[in-house]
Amino acid sequence: MPFSSILQFIVSGVTVGATYGLTALGFTMIYNTTGIINFAQGEFVMLGGMLAVFSMKWGGLPLPVAVPLSVLLVTAVGVGVDRLTIRPMRGRPTVSLVIVTIGVAILLRGGAMLLFGKDTHSLPPFSEGPAIPIGGAALLPQSIWVLGITLAVLVAMKLFFDRTITGKAMLACACDRKAASLMGINVDVMVTVSFAFSALVGALGGVILAPITLTAYDVGILLGLKGFAACILGGLGNPFGAVAGGLIIGVLESLGAGFLSSGYKDAIAFVILLALLFLRPSGLFGKASADRV
Amino acid sequence: MSSIRETSSAPGLALFAAAIVAAPFLLPDYYQSVLIVAGLFAILSMGLNLLMGYAGQISLGHAAFYGLSAYASGILTTTFHWPVPAGIAAGVVLSGVTAALIGIPTLKLKGHYLAMGTLGFGVIVYIVFNEAVALTAGPSGLTGIPRLSAFGKIFSTDREYYFVVWGTVFLLFVLARNLVRSRMGRALRAIHTSESAASVLGIDVARYKAFVFVLSAVYAGIAGALYAHFVTFISPGSFSFHASTQVVTMVVLGGMASLWGAVAGAVFLTVLPEWLRAIEDYDILVYGAILVLTMRFLPGGLAEGVERVLSALASIFRGKAKASGGEGKKP
Repeated sequence: MPFSSILQFIVSGVTVGATYGLTALGFTMIYNTTGIINFAQGEFVMLGGMLAVFSMKWGGLPLPVAVPLSVLLVTAVGVGVDRLTIRPMRGRPTVSLVIVTIGVAILLRGGAMLLFGKDTHSLPPFSEGPAIPIGGAALLPQSIWVLGITLAVLVAMKLFFDRTITGKAMLACACDRKAASLMGINVDVMVTVSFAFSALVGALGGVILAPITLTAYDVGILLGLKGFAACILGGLGNPFGAVAGGLIIGVLESLGAGFLSSGYKDAIAFVILLALLFLRPSGLFGKASADRV
Repeated sequence: MSSIRETSSAPGLALFAAAIVAAPFLLPDYYQSVLIVAGLFAILSMGLNLLMGYAGQISLGHAAFYGLSAYASGILTTTFHWPVPAGIAAGVVLSGVTAALIGIPTLKLKGHYLAMGTLGFGVIVYIVFNEAVALTAGPSGLTGIPRLSAFGKIFSTDREYYFVVWGTVFLLFVLARNLVRSRMGRALRAIHTSESAASVLGIDVARYKAFVFVLSAVYAGIAGALYAHFVTFISPGSFSFHASTQVVTMVVLGGMASLWGAVAGAVFLTVLPEWLRAIEDYDILVYGAILVLTMRFLPGGLAEGVERVLSALASIFRGKAKASGGEGKKP
């Protein structure tokens, strides 16, 4: 296999992996404030892509309007999910909350299927232009958008958590919800904010990925799972680990599809996930080991 | 949810047995095949209910254990001409062993790693069913699986098969009931209430959880093998993620930690779509809505609902009795 094809696999792996990283970031934020794994995270990603496609198709909106509109709408959905299902169930066992997010995921997926149909769709790339050759591999302009936006999200998050009161309050909730609430932090609001953020970064991931891979009502399951695998790889609860985990999984998946078999491509992330759960549940960058019973 | 619910009593079991025997004679013939499917789902949801209701863990890959056993038994009896009972035994063992391999390391972790682990496992198994064409015949499905036969008897009619499936449901129900009432059942409820407290009391939390997970996979394996030798044709579509969520929905709707609820949820959600043909396209929405609404408003599911209605009726009845002549004052 020539070096240029390996490089090509890495380039496309990093691109797709960046969106897994954004999905993973969404898992991390909700996990940190609530302690639950949000099974609807992948559906936020799906909705991001699908709402952008259909606000162009049905609303006739141009791409630069459709993309932010879709992200805003999904953010609103995230807030709605928290207000309608999670907040009223405060204090209930985690298993109940997890089941509710599974139900919400099915509802969002089913709703998208009824509203938009079962076809696959694509979004036009954010900017025209030829692929940029680097070392024999081709870098699509959309890949630059994906990497740029992911980087921007990371920098914005870093600033948010380091420099703003809300960000610090969220970190406090992640450390200890009870102590945070004793310090006068409104935990309910922080949970809502974390749902809004998760939906926002999820939708961003979906909307920047849609021009590269196709999108459909049922892409959320796989994207969500891969995002979760990225989370575990990076160490659950660690935002930067989450993005790094996403990149690694994207690259491994792309190389695996190229060298082994494209039919089993989707299985690679889960083999990694299962292997991690067996061997190193705290992930690559996890500080403390995951709690064992 | 952690309250100790009276699971069943001897008269309850006798009534259950009578209902199983009477149903095919009272209902139109068409319902026999529907009830066979309902029985298979009842086995699946009883197993998952032990895991969700008593061990407090979620499996989103039960369709994979169901499918592993169905494919193993189907392939062994069709391609390798094994006798059907041997195929079924091999399928059930495969499901159980696979569950042990996944469950033992995953359940050592606190939290809901099992849910994601099984979800990932379910996806892998589904991909393998589609891709390993030489073995599974791929997306087009495995055909020509023999009907169930044992000791020279072939269970060829639906009525015979109905009694095989529901006889199995009954046996597995009694087994689960006894388990729940045993020392093990109490340990599991303790784990569900508080893992830390349970482990302080000397309960090996991880071991108990892994045991229940394996047992629930064995239940799924039994259902899967019976399914393969009933329909005689299996394809990956029956074992997708959607099937796993169906079983979770049956458990939640019926009521976690209630074995009767698991059977009721399975029968209800299998028969309901038969009545409401119109919801065929919307069934995914119905499942999602049932999950969210049940958890939000009736966390104990149908079992809790029935209990509430009964106690409301009882209090109305008592109130009337009091009003009509002070019977309530009897010692």
